[in-house]
This record gives sequence, structure tokens and C-alpha cells, in this order.
Amino acid sequence: MSPKGQVYLFAALFIFLGLGLTAYKAIFLHFPLLPDTERKVWDIEAKLTFEAAGNPLTINLALPEKQQQFTVLDEIFASAGYGFAIEEEHQRRAIWTRRQAEGPQTLYYRLKITDRAEDQPMAPSSDLPEPVVPPIWTVAEETAAAGLIRTATELSAGPASFTQQVLLMLSGKSDSQDAQLLLEASKGDSIAQIAIRLLNAANIPARMVRGIYLEDRFYNQRAEEVVEIHDGKQWLFFDPRSATQGIPDNFFMWQRGGQSLLDIIGGYSSRVRFSVLGNDISAKVVALQEAETVGAPLVNFNIYSLPIDKQNIFKMLLLVPIGALVVIIFRVLIGIKTSGTFMPVLIALAFIQTTLAAGMLILVTLVAAGLWIRFYLSKLDLLMVARLAAVLITVVILMAGFSILSYKLGLDQVLVVTFFPMIIVAWTIERMSILWEEDGPREVLTQGGGSLLVAVIAYMLMTNQYLEHITYNFPETILILLGIILILGQYTGYRLTELKRFRFLIEK
Amino acid sequence: MFWNTIAKFKKKGVLGMNARNVAYIARYNERHLFPLVDDKLKTKHAARKHNIKVPDLYGVIRYTAEMNDLGAMLNPLTGFAVKPLRGSGGKGIIIITGRDGENFLKPSGKVMTLGDIRHDISNILSGVYSLGGRPDTAIIESLIRGQPDMLKYSFEGLPDIRVIVFRGFPVMAMMRCPTSQSDGKANLHQGAVGVGLDICTGKAIRAVQRNSLVDRHPDTGVDFSDLAIPDWDEILMLSAKCYDMTGLGYIGCDFVLDETRGPMILELNARPGLAVQIANGIGLKSRLDVIEKLEHFDLHADERVALVHEKFGAPPVAA
Repeated sequence: MSPKGQVYLFAALFIFLGLGLTAYKAIFLHFPLLPDTERKVWDIEAKLTFEAAGNPLTINLALPEKQQQFTVLDEIFASAGYGFAIEEEHQRRAIWTRRQAEGPQTLYYRLKITDRAEDQPMAPSSDLPEPVVPPIWTVAEETAAAGLIRTATELSAGPASFTQQVLLMLSGKSDSQDAQLLLEASKGDSIAQIAIRLLNAANIPARMVRGIYLEDRFYNQRAEEVVEIHDGKQWLFFDPRSATQGIPDNFFMWQRGGQSLLDIIGGYSSRVRFSVLGNDISAKVVALQEAETVGAPLVNFNIYSLPIDKQNIFKMLLLVPIGALVVIIFRVLIGIKTSGTFMPVLIALAFIQTTLAAGMLILVTLVAAGLWIRFYLSKLDLLMVARLAAVLITVVILMAGFSILSYKLGLDQVLVVTFFPMIIVAWTIERMSILWEEDGPREVLTQGGGSLLVAVIAYMLMTNQYLEHITYNFPETILILLGIILILGQYTGYRLTELKRFRFLIEK
Repeated sequence: MFWNTIAKFKKKGVLGMNARNVAYIARYNERHLFPLVDDKLKTKHAARKHNIKVPDLYGVIRYTAEMNDLGAMLNPLTGFAVKPLRGSGGKGIIIITGRDGENFLKPSGKVMTLGDIRHDISNILSGVYSLGGRPDTAIIESLIRGQPDMLKYSFEGLPDIRVIVFRGFPVMAMMRCPTSQSDGKANLHQGAVGVGLDICTGKAIRAVQRNSLVDRHPDTGVDFSDLAIPDWDEILMLSAKCYDMTGLGYIGCDFVLDETRGPMILELNARPGLAVQIANGIGLKSRLDVIEKLEHFDLHADERVALVHEKFGAPPVAA
């Protein structure tokens, strides 16, 4: 394969790989593409309280199941003195056991969840209903139930509207003597429980869904109940309080159908209370936690696994390729002369520390003062290495002078002068001075100005919040840059400045 | 607007810097051959082997300590040139054309002491002028005394002739005439006049100074239009031979015409600039394309020169 072909092959490979990895992290691991994105993380706490009577205890709590619109980040089971296991048959359940305990007992189950990054409508449950078992009514209930079912049937067209009518009557939203009677007769049961029995009596498969609303500062509440019916094709949710169909987005389903929420053997007066706390957490932190729970390999082998101070160094290093790209664009596409190939990048890095205005002022003053001293040194007939060292020491003295002077004047800005790479500044002074002697001050201004221009533009891109975020959180974008740089390395077109330089050739 | 200019450039066959670097230098100049042109001693050596005339070597100074004998070395000489071994673009060259007792005279008449020369040589040794700043060596060469009818085209310095040689074929040439603006240097971007030369005849096509056409030398007032380089066929032959000598496919050969010895190679350049196009008013790529389309490249230098005449010569005028 020709070298050109190889370059394009590798460039395409790098760009594809870079884009692919970035997309993978953004789409599947939910790393935020924009800086400062936050995601809501919900801390849910289920508090189990009961009285123990001194017998062996078995506590069996239904655990929330996997749900499409939420990701579980963390689960904690706080249960000092209890044996603990998770059972995964039919339904996920936590089982605490203890040989003996007495008096009031408290167990906690804590769960940290977050909304999935992508908006995914909840897919309807695909399981089919079990055959309906007709409920057993007491005599008092039976008549009222029959009356209620008759009214609801008359007012409805199908299972869904039937359910709605039943719930309207039970919640008192539409007048119904039968509903009143039924509620009184089955005291202690919730509207949802009665509704499910009524639906079953009307031969409609129905089940109970327990869950909680994710609202901030939601303390010590019972689980909310929602009725779910199967209309022959699919499962439908109904909120028993409002009798409306559908389920709110912030409803976190804890248990869908199945047995009771909590079973206790050996204890009494048991209750489960839920508290919810919402936190806004940086999307990146959430994504990292999420990736850890999934065990994504890309994240284990990552910059985040380094200590924080090392991460900060990398934050800087990862910006260098952007500076390099700017230099290449300016030299190859635009054709601006710079003094030293990548010196502008180093200057831009220094500007990041010093801020632009202060940095430019310091740099220009340093180089100007250095040049002035260098002109004197050139009259002294020194060997180059010695002269360069003398310039270097001059630079150090100037830097110290600036710092002390600015401190005395109460300016903090100039204190950051030390961020300028001394050797680079000294070498720049040496080069510029030779350039001055050989090609005149005009060339010094062209090249010095060119370097400064490129440095400023590199600085602006490197401090761009968005780019900084991308390079740090998606280091694989380096591969994209590498690919682009390889392609630019093959560029044989004219430089922008050449359009002016050779214009004379096409003029008559 | 840009596209328009670019289209015109392409039509004219203008060679850009990027294309030169990628399509010609990187492609035809093998890296390991560079030292032969970057190192003037090696160039000299190779040139002698190929019977190509070069200035005589008077002395080589590698270390600072060797400068102790400098006085003794320079004393018998009236004219000489000190050059950095690996310098480029004429940087760091000291020309001495005469003596004033113990002291030395530059072409401008400026007096240099032995100490001044020592200082300049120490700069050369520290690598100030060499590519990449490597410690360098200074060489002292015989002074070339320009032919009087060529010197009238120049202010102070010697005019030199740059021939671009592509795969052994001389494709384009110009003469670079120093001016007062260029401070006696043959650098076009400093204001020297570039005179485009007909590659077959060595006659002036046009003269350009800083992107504008000139008729006469701004300092000497001599009309460029009657300029015809003497010994042009020899220059073409020598250029073609430089390819056999270096193996580099894309080079610039810099010649000077010595009063007594005729055309001599001053230096070779593996990264020749593009100003030759402006001086000639012809796109370099149009010429390079003609050569690249040839079928045979295993030709003798004289065969190549003949082909150049055939391809780039003026069409025979119908009687």
C-alpha cells in the first residue's frame, strides 16, 4: 500500500476508534458531553420497624426490580446482628434472619438510583396475567359489590373505562351508595385493594403495584399503591386516588404484583416506611458509579483511577494536542511563521496559569528586556553556551524582580511569572536576537507576532470550557486529533499566505 | 475569491510549500543523503570526485582551541570566505575581500579585526547558524572573484545562480542579485533582485524585486534585459551532474561565476525555496509535471540536458 494510502487508513482508523469510544462512553456509560451537567440521584431509604418477641426471626422484604427508566447505583443493607441473604426467585427479596431478639427492632435498606440518561419510555410489562381467581366476599360486601359492578359496567365500554369508573366511585369522585357501603364493610383495606377485588369479580385480571413517588424531602411515608389491569392486550396502570390512567414519570415501582411487601415471622407490629432524598450530582460522578456497577472495562483503565493531583497534571497534558493542532493549522494551512515549532503551545500552557492579559504582558516584557541585555552580551564575545546561560540567568533575575516588585505593589498577577518555562524564554530571546541581527527587526516582529498569535489562539481553545471537558473526560478524542493531524500532514494544497505571496505570478 | 485564486494557481502550475515538502522533498530526497548537501566539506569532496568545480579549501576550524593558529592561517590571504559547515541560506558567512594592514576588509569596506573574525567563528562553532543548533565547524575557502560583466548586476556581494534540478533535469533557474536593500545578501525576501532565466539559454526573462517587476538594478542601474549568463551549457551540465553526485531528486544548486575558473558550485540545497517561480513568472509544478511524465530516468547527464532543451526550449520559429 502506498504511504498515502497507509496514512489515510490509519487516520480513518484513529478517527473511527476515537469517535467510537467517545460515543460508547457518551451513550452507554452516560458520560456527559457537556460540562456542568448534573443528574438527579435519589437516595431511597426503606425503614423496617417491628417488635420482636424473643423467637427466631425471619424478615422478608420485597426489593425493587430492575426498571427501564432507573439505574441502581448502590444498595446498602444495614442490619447489625442479623444474618442477611438475597433471594432471587420470582421476585427479588431481602431476607434477614436472627436467632433471638426482643423489643423494638429497626432494619434499613438504602438504595441509590438515578434516572437513566436517555429518555426511554417505560416498556409495558410483557408478562401475561394469571387466571383470575374470583374473590370471596362477606355477605355485607357482596350486594354492594354486585351493585357497584353493575353501575360501572353500564357506564363503561371496556376493561379500562370499567376500572376508571370503579376507582371514581371508590374514591368518592362520583356518588355511589354501593361504594360507601363496600368501603365501610371492608374496613382496613385500601381503595386499591378493594378495587382489585372488584376487578377480579368482574373477571378482569388486576394486580397491585407498590412504589414511591420520587419527590425530594419525602419522609416516613407508606408505599403508594397503584392498580394494574390487563385489558386482554396489555397491562395498564391506574392511580386509585385520581382514577386516572397511566403512571407518573417519577413513580418508582418497588413491587409489581406478587405477595406482600413485607413478611415477618417471629415479630409483630411491623411497618415499612420510605424516605426519599434527591441530590443533584455531577453527571460524571454518576456515570462513573454507574460504569463501576456495570463493570465497564474502559473505566477501570482510566485517568480517573489516578490520584487527584496526578489527574490535574493530565488535565493539562491532554490539552497539549489541541495546541499542537492549532500550530499545525496555522503553519500548514495558513502559513504563519512561528519561532520554534511548538513554542506557542508552551506559551499557551503558561498563559493558562497566568491568565491571558497578565501572561502576555509578562512575556513581552521578559523577551524585550532579555533581548536588550542579549544585545549587550553579544558585544562581549562569549561562547554561545555561556551566553545562553547568561541569558537564562538574566531571565531568572528578571522573573524574581517582577515577582518582588509586583508583591510590593500589591499585584498578585505577576507572582505567577514563574509559570513561564525559563529555558524556552531564554532560547526564544537567543533566537530572536540572532534573527534580529541577520534578518532585521521586521522578521523578529513577524515571527514573534506569529508565535504570540498562535499562542493566544491555542490558549483560547485550550481554556474553552467545552474542549477542556471533552479532552479530560473523553481522552480517546486524542485519537481523533491524531487522525486529523495525519491527514493534515498529507495536505499539499496552498497555504493561505501563499495566495498573497504568489499572487504576483497570476497577475499580468 | 480564494477558490478563484487557487484555480488560477493550479492552472499556472504554482508549487506551494506544502506540496513541495510532501510531494517532492519527502518523496525524492532520501533523508540519509541530506548530510551530503548540508555538510559543505562532504559536498566539496563529492564534487571533486565528479569533476565539479568548487571553491578551494584553505582551512577547517573544528574547535575553539584551533583558533590560536587563525592569525597565522589568515595572514597570507588577501581574500577569503568563512562559512559555517552546516549553515543554510547564506547565514553566518563572512566575506573578506581585502586587507588593511593587520585588519581585514569586508566588501562594504567595513574593517574587521582578527578578534571580530574570531568572535564570528566562535558563533559558528557553537552552532548558532547550523540546522538544529548543533555545534558546527567553520571552513575557510578561497574567495570567488566574480566576472566583471556579472558584478555590474550586483551591489557589494556576488550574484549567484540558483538552478532547480528535479530527478537530474534542470527545470528552472534564476540569478539572485544583491542590492543595498538586501544588505549585499542574495536573499530575495530581504530585497535582492531575482532574475528569471530561460532554462535553455540562460537569458533573462524578467527581473523581480519584492513582488514587483524591475527593469534595472536599483543600485547599479544596469538593464537586466540584456543579461545572458555566459557558460550556460556548462551550468546546465554541472546541475545535471549534481543529481548523480548526491542522489537527491529535488535540489537547488547555487552557482557563482568565477573570473578565471568559470561556473563553480557554491552550495547545494535539499530544501530549495519557491521564489524561483516568482522570478520566472512560471509555475514550478508545470515543469515538474513534465519531468514526472517522462518514461526513462536512467539517462546520462548530457542526455538529460538535451531532453530539457527539447521539453522547455522555445518552439522553433516557422520560417
